Amino acid sequence: MADAIDRREFLKLAGVGGTVFASGLAGCAGMAATTRDDFYFVQLSDTHWGFKGAALNPDADGTLQKAVAAVNALSVQPDFIVFTGDLTHTTDDAKERRRRLAEFRDIVSKLNNRNVRFMPGEHDASLDNGQAWKEFFGQSYYSFDHKGVHFIAIDNVSDPAARIGEAQLAWMKADLDKQAKDAPIVVLTHRPLFDLMPQWDWATKDGAQAVAMLMPYRHVTVFYGHIHQEHHHMTGHIAHHSAKSLIFPLIAPGSKPKREPVPWDPAQPYRGLGFRSVEAPKEKITEYPVTKA
Amino acid sequence: MNVQRRRLIAAGCASACFGAAAFAQMKDKVIRIVAKKFEYTPGEITLQKGTPVVLELTTEDVTMGFYAPALNVDVEIVPGKAVQVRLVPEKTGTFDFSCNVFCGDGHEDMGGKIHVT
Repeated sequence: MADAIDRREFLKLAGVGGTVFASGLAGCAGMAATTRDDFYFVQLSDTHWGFKGAALNPDADGTLQKAVAAVNALSVQPDFIVFTGDLTHTTDDAKERRRRLAEFRDIVSKLNNRNVRFMPGEHDASLDNGQAWKEFFGQSYYSFDHKGVHFIAIDNVSDPAARIGEAQLAWMKADLDKQAKDAPIVVLTHRPLFDLMPQWDWATKDGAQAVAMLMPYRHVTVFYGHIHQEHHHMTGHIAHHSAKSLIFPLIAPGSKPKREPVPWDPAQPYRGLGFRSVEAPKEKITEYPVTKA
Repeated sequence: MNVQRRRLIAAGCASACFGAAAFAQMKDKVIRIVAKKFEYTPGEITLQKGTPVVLELTTEDVTMGFYAPALNVDVEIVPGKAVQVRLVPEKTGTFDFSCNVFCGDGHEDMGGKIHVT
């Protein structure tokens, strides 16, 4: 427990301007009552390696490296790190896609923590049904256990129509069937599983089936990316938390008729970009900027 | 209404229109919309409230989506196969449609407008 206190102190004091989402991991409230080990992981998302567009990010070829350095600078390293998709920016050129994936892999290999989990986004995977992405990072959906928490990574992007698909849903059901109804479960995915803004492509066509499948489990939290901003939503008792991007922010859902990016502000470089830590079982999400404010 | 339900409704409408294609040609105005990366042609159409119309959707390159939630339309357009969707607009206004099948760099901006007068 002393380690947990030190870690919280660290997150507060050395958080390089990080902000804490106090009611995070709401779905995992029951985790605190158990005797599970304390740990935290880091979520990075939407790095879009290969993106060009100075008006949105004049440091597009340097932001990912800064994020890697920021994670490495955490004095208490996370148990693991997860990238929730859109590792690369899309391209029609299959050779260029592999080049971007290779460069991304090389850059993140500089992370001191080598326990890194990857997920695809539609920019990585939708144009070839995940073929190139799998060559570099393996299975696009999977589950694993860590210190008493069950993690499920769902691929809702290899189908360009944003479907999880029957085969994966069947796998997910079989995976969940092995879990107790009070087991702490964390779902990682790229697109929102609920209808955040379908008209902005911020949805998963069969996401409601996945959510229905999760509903009998009492302690479920979903972490996703795709929308390039922090957002928090509840479907029943299940909390959904989207992460910031590491390339450019997008405007808030429904704030304008059309989805659009937020232009780079020279007065506040890297504003709206960042990554997060998630503490378990202490129910705390901490947001960090890319660089020290 | 969730996306799945909208899809079912749109799929049912599309099927019905296929079954009644000859009838539709006789009775309903057909508006052809062609999709290609990353635009629809025409990008804007005008319909009359209460007047049935058939949208005939094709794509010139890759699989595209045609998603107009305000009109309960959500269909996929596969190369080489026209999709017909019969509509009877029930309210006036301007409604967006967009591509909801990821098709590349420019997908996010691919859309158009349906004016109902």
